[in-house]
Amino acid sequence: MAAGTELTPTEYIQHHLTFLAKPVGEGGGFWTLNYDTFITTGIVGALVFGFLWLVTRKATTGIPSKTQAFVELTVDFVNEQVKGIYHGESKVVAPLALTTFVLVLFLNAMDFLPIDVMSWIYEHVFNQHTWRGVPTADVNTTFALALSVFALMIFYSIKVKGLGGWIHELFCSPFGSNPLLWVFNLLFNAVEYLSKPLSHSLRLYGNMYAGEIIFMLLGLWAATGIVGAVLGGVLHLGWSIFHILIVALQAYIFMMLTIVYISMAHEHH
Amino acid sequence: MDINLTLLMQAVAFAAFIWFTAKFVWPPLMHAIETRQKQIADGLAAGEQGKQSLASAEKRIAEMLAEAKSRSHEIIVQGEKLGSETIEAAKTEAKVEADRIITAAKAEIQQEVARAKESLRNQVSDLAVAGATKILKREVDAKAHADLLAAIRQEL
Repeated sequence: MAAGTELTPTEYIQHHLTFLAKPVGEGGGFWTLNYDTFITTGIVGALVFGFLWLVTRKATTGIPSKTQAFVELTVDFVNEQVKGIYHGESKVVAPLALTTFVLVLFLNAMDFLPIDVMSWIYEHVFNQHTWRGVPTADVNTTFALALSVFALMIFYSIKVKGLGGWIHELFCSPFGSNPLLWVFNLLFNAVEYLSKPLSHSLRLYGNMYAGEIIFMLLGLWAATGIVGAVLGGVLHLGWSIFHILIVALQAYIFMMLTIVYISMAHEHH
Repeated sequence: MDINLTLLMQAVAFAAFIWFTAKFVWPPLMHAIETRQKQIADGLAAGEQGKQSLASAEKRIAEMLAEAKSRSHEIIVQGEKLGSETIEAAKTEAKVEADRIITAAKAEIQQEVARAKESLRNQVSDLAVAGATKILKREVDAKAHADLLAAIRQEL
């Protein structure tokens, strides 16, 4: 549609699912960068965290402005969640949770922008034929977030328990320290450690990707004629409204899991 | 769904955002929130203290009021007693004075009566002498009949 030529449904969906991927350097294979994902994340992040920064610059300890009160509400909400789950001493966990929540929330919220209108804008204003606007529907983004959290998890495990303590735990929990059980313990822990970043990232990715696909399918339906356009439009509206819940919920879940995983890393078994 | 360099770049971006938030966003906002919480707590405590001091002041006022009432009652009773005593004393004094005046007046009246009787006696005796003189057509010798005259005076 964006190109103005007739597209088959398959081509339409494929067009919307194509990243602006370009090789970096000699490139190819892994050395490819999805510019759309990266640049959108950069812009959204800069806007959101820039906004937060502007609010903190004008922050007063007296009577807050409405904007400051709203931001404080968010910060306090995140802080309460962190306080309820995390009992360690690190001062980074709460800001980390806020960053995760806000970033994921707004990257997800890119999904609210009507997909074909944005596609037209990317095509005609920015001259990009392929551009995917929802960074969290890119598995690279969700894995990047989840693996960052995973790395922090390992970091805190080692920091709190010591390298020896952590390795001891890998082999000796949850079944016991009998040498015969070492293999099973290690296997169990490996599965647990693997499943955390996988479920963490794929849950968010799946939700956002599926949301995008449904918008595309409704768009396809709307292209079939007047009835399809009306019904598709109504359903599009309904799905958008429902999607507000998904966007906020997934951001919240992502933040909560981040806190939970990191506080679990502090626990001694 | 290719895993590629984007993952690393996104991780770097994520790390940058975390660093930015932890350094520039979180501390000032938490500072503002915590300071305001403290201010509100202080204000509430001050309000509570004010309420307590108001209550104790009201209690003291009530006590002072009760004391003042009882004192004033006492003063009124005392005053009434004093007043009635004064009136009683004045009455007694007045009665004594009246009695005295009455007694003095009675004595004076008696004196006056006695004096009037005396002068009347003298005049009557003179009149009697004058009458006798006229009857006898001669001078009665006062000296010769002095004891007679005195006797008549006594009879009057």
